Amino acid sequence: MILLKLFFAFIQVGLFSVGGGYAAIPLIQEQIVNIYGLMTLEEFSDLITVAEMTPGPISINSATFVGMRLAGVPGVLICSIGCIIPSFCICLILAHFYYKYRSVNGVQVVLGAMRPAVVALIASAGASILVLGLFQTELKEVVLSNIRVVELGIFAVALFLLRKFKMNAITIILGSGVVGTIIYTLMGAV
Amino acid sequence: MKKDYSKLGKLFKTMFVLSACTFGGGFVIVSLMKKKFVDELKWFEEDEMLDVTAITQSSPGPLPVNASVIIGYRMAGIVGSLTAILGTILPPMIIISVISLFYEQFRTNPYISVALQVMRAGVAAVIFDVVINLAGNVLKTRRFLYIAMMIIAFVATYILDVSAMIVILSCLGIGLIDLVLAGKKKGRVV
Repeated sequence: MILLKLFFAFIQVGLFSVGGGYAAIPLIQEQIVNIYGLMTLEEFSDLITVAEMTPGPISINSATFVGMRLAGVPGVLICSIGCIIPSFCICLILAHFYYKYRSVNGVQVVLGAMRPAVVALIASAGASILVLGLFQTELKEVVLSNIRVVELGIFAVALFLLRKFKMNAITIILGSGVVGTIIYTLMGAV
Repeated sequence: MKKDYSKLGKLFKTMFVLSACTFGGGFVIVSLMKKKFVDELKWFEEDEMLDVTAITQSSPGPLPVNASVIIGYRMAGIVGSLTAILGTILPPMIIISVISLFYEQFRTNPYISVALQVMRAGVAAVIFDVVINLAGNVLKTRRFLYIAMMIIAFVATYILDVSAMIVILSCLGIGLIDLVLAGKKKGRVV
């Protein structure tokens, strides 16, 4: 029964992928390609490309893609539900305890020490995306002379609009895609 | 914690829009949620949002889904959680279901790949905008411990590739030590 297989495969993906989408990719590969043989490795790499190119969490994207390819719309629902059941249960419990105890003084001291680290984590994600945007590579392989001027300009203008005019973030994200594509098309680079 | 069902519609709509426009991983949506829920709607406090981020990052499963569970729970209990999750997973489910039918054309379309590349610059600008505010508030605490932890955590995650979960757990440990030390110093306002 393929739906049942998919359901259990994605419960495990949801349960064991700690620390963001990229942690989920090897798990999905393990379940879908290696254990159940539901997809070939080639199909799987297509899936990851598409999951990265579309908005939304990578594991939900992959769950939907795998579900659709293997079992149509019921597959989509089964895979996605399987993928979020562990999150739902665990986070609900954590949320319950967080809101029960967060106003306790001692808890505030401990959480206070954690917040600067969260700021650093967000900054680190931002830095990775910026480097990837400006150099199309990771920090370790950056060659300064390869900087992409169009992206640098878009970044600077976007940051200026956000800081100075408090422009809507979603407008900025979508707008940068549109403006950048137009610039590259005019330059004849597409 | 008061449950407020009147905001469910707005919660669903907000999650749906954020999820549909989140390119590039969990911390992008965290930045967008901070802008929307803390700065714009004022439904959440900044500290609370950072705590939620830490919890979601340390739980298994996709980060945006985890964050939806907690944010929804805070607003309207389990009904709120389910509403927020639905808003978060529907856009990727719809988009991927459609794309999976003609993903070959999608994957090889030059305009789409250019748009996705330049969009990173806009996404990076949004994250930087949020980080400038958050880091500014950490600096304003004027606590050497917090400022040092923020810098060390950034170097650890971005340069040394230490996993986010280890960083968060270490900071919780430091927070506990801080709590014990604070308890010994009489008269200090916690």
